[in-house]
Amino acid sequence: MSERADRIEAAFAHVFHPSMVSAREGEQEVRVCAATTCAGSGAGAVRDAFRDELTRRGLQQEWRVVETGCRGSCDQGPIVSVEPAGVFYPRVSPASVPRIVAETLVGGRPVEDLLYRHPDTGRPVARAADVPFLLGQRRLVLALAGRIDPASIDDAIAHERYRAFVEALIADEPDDVIDAVEESGLRTRVGDPGSVGSRWRRALDGTHDERFVVCTADEGDPGAFADRTVLESDPHAVIEGMLLAAFAIGARHGVVRVRRDHAAAGERLRGALVECRERGLLGRDILGAGLSFDIEIDAAERMLVCADETALIASLEGRRAVPRIRPPAPTEAGFRGRPTVVSDAVAYAAVPWIVRNGAAAYAAAGLHEHTGTRVFSLSGQVRNGGVVEVPAGTSLRRVVEDIGGGARPGRRLKAVQIGGPLGVCLPATALEAPIDDLAAGSSSLVVLDDRTCMVDLARHLLSISQREGCGTCVPCRLGTKRSLEILERIVDGRGRDGDMELLAELGTYCSQGTLCVLGGNASNPVLGTLRDFADEYEAHITERRCPAGVCRALITYSIDPEACTGCTLCAQRCPAAVISGREGQPHVIDVSGCTKCDICRQVCPDGAVRVRSGVSQAVAPGTA
Amino acid sequence: MTAAVASTTCRCRSGGQTGDDPLSAILATCSGERPELVAVLQQAQDALGYLSAETIRRIARRLRLSESDVFGVATFYAEFRFSPPGRHRLRVCLGTACHVKGGVQMMQTIERRLGVGAGETTPDGEYEVERVACLGCCALAPVITLDDQIHGQMNVIELQSLLDARTDD
Repeated sequence: MSERADRIEAAFAHVFHPSMVSAREGEQEVRVCAATTCAGSGAGAVRDAFRDELTRRGLQQEWRVVETGCRGSCDQGPIVSVEPAGVFYPRVSPASVPRIVAETLVGGRPVEDLLYRHPDTGRPVARAADVPFLLGQRRLVLALAGRIDPASIDDAIAHERYRAFVEALIADEPDDVIDAVEESGLRTRVGDPGSVGSRWRRALDGTHDERFVVCTADEGDPGAFADRTVLESDPHAVIEGMLLAAFAIGARHGVVRVRRDHAAAGERLRGALVECRERGLLGRDILGAGLSFDIEIDAAERMLVCADETALIASLEGRRAVPRIRPPAPTEAGFRGRPTVVSDAVAYAAVPWIVRNGAAAYAAAGLHEHTGTRVFSLSGQVRNGGVVEVPAGTSLRRVVEDIGGGARPGRRLKAVQIGGPLGVCLPATALEAPIDDLAAGSSSLVVLDDRTCMVDLARHLLSISQREGCGTCVPCRLGTKRSLEILERIVDGRGRDGDMELLAELGTYCSQGTLCVLGGNASNPVLGTLRDFADEYEAHITERRCPAGVCRALITYSIDPEACTGCTLCAQRCPAAVISGREGQPHVIDVSGCTKCDICRQVCPDGAVRVRSGVSQAVAPGTA
Repeated sequence: MTAAVASTTCRCRSGGQTGDDPLSAILATCSGERPELVAVLQQAQDALGYLSAETIRRIARRLRLSESDVFGVATFYAEFRFSPPGRHRLRVCLGTACHVKGGVQMMQTIERRLGVGAGETTPDGEYEVERVACLGCCALAPVITLDDQIHGQMNVIELQSLLDARTDD
């Protein structure tokens, strides 16, 4: 080994404090997912219940309770696993904790009735690895999510974090890092989605000696939470990726844009940065190898327009987030006018894996001609939502049906909304396409069943783009506004002949005549639904009905006298007081005063409230 | 609403009117460079509850920018407000997952119950209502937050009880 290698290895050895590792492979641990969704469904109380129960039994020395990052299957939260056996408990409540402690921790056997049930066979599944949601995945970027305590740098280092960076420092060949990232085919979702490696190489051209590494975890599109998950679950992967970028392009400063309302992700990252500075992994002359680099956090509220790199950079510079004309590209003149590389947090988190395992191994993780993996957030009317990492090239159907379990029982899969307001809505018949061709710019996959009105959904998505556009380009500023007004009158039952043609024309102009990602794609949901769900538009405009039973102006509520038991609940709850009937007798809704608030349907224990589409007698789906 | 509840969760502060002046402290610690503008506006709003014309003027002077420039940046970002906030912040998620799972009904229930809609504050200053497009915990849809506490998988009945329980305090 060279003297340089010895020096760097010796410095790195001082960084790691093995005694401070909290999640240890092969030891007795209760791992509680503490990521946002599990926390929102009560993981904090479950963690406390385990600690209390272990203390009560005097077992707190033998069993550690570790808070981990995201396990992925967010619909099953709060999630607990008992290690080293790997017994998986979904939807744990504090009340079931004493049984898990008594039977699994002490008795060494699973509590059968608390286990996850296989959605098809109904059989209990004891181990996390056998849950269908996780079976179809290939977790490279999310390898440590849910396995380590994200608040501990020692947990990360015990799992080889910063090893790729140390090896790159020792080899001292920045070009090799760029080559590896370029050859791996790693892509970023930001801006015009493209190759991460070629951006790094372009940033090296030019005369400036100051360069910037920018990471965004903004995820302005609804339904996207992949970047947040990575930051919350394995923040050191992102930091290491940014360190490798800094080493590759010779940058001294990095910025991470996080969302202010993703408090946990911001806190984890802030804590991780402090630890890195304390241990000498950030700052001056890192590990004595001559590289100086530090990262600051820029917290702001979610912004769709920051899907455009130049808008993001303007916002980081303290200006209005308004995109600008290119060239020059950000790699030439970005943050503070200097060459800047911009990627999302998921892309940075993949870099250490690539540098360590080789470009070929990463590329080979994809199917067919696709390279690497893709991380998605799966939500909506699906059985098992959460965070999914799959080989690139995987079909949408596989993600939605095999991993997500398809539509909820009794419902029919209607469409998948991919990529948020700037993405598309694919009908259920068109799900064979490889997933990465469809959602280049976003991690959001929202599953829609037969209770979704596609016209209303197009209106919803466009309303977000319209509200959040910066107002610079006239076709976007006026086009999205006028399109939205047309969609609003259609869902309100005031659609006119020719509205569909007008929407198509406006949408096309808007896509062609704007500067940025937002304006160019804001009309996608409208144009796509006009093409694939034309019959729904026609039903709204010409027949004055909403086939899905959603648009309030085009539906009618009634009570099925056969099914109504006369329990009076609906009449008690009706805010408009238009439901009448005697106890034990079928009730009736006076439709003239009905506000269609849906409360009666939600409270009815017998499913007797019906929603009819328009004036026809056809019962809308989702109402039985 | 008792004073005790209001004091534990109150987000509006003195407004900089009383003796200690949080804005001076914020302006003293910042470097005075433009890239800090948004962060300074955030800190000022966190400390004072909202951005008054006077706050904007002082920030502009400290960063050597025009008031219209600072105001232009502040109004561009949805996170900034220019009037005092309500005592409790009720946010309704209308991201796509929440939208298709009944988020609209949550908003309608709140409008009916409180008499105000998104972007408004109740006349008694008790609640301010905001619509947000995705909080990123879509498995819990539909989601509302009350003073940053997440309430997931809401339905109209639970939302009504949540609001009722608070009124009874």
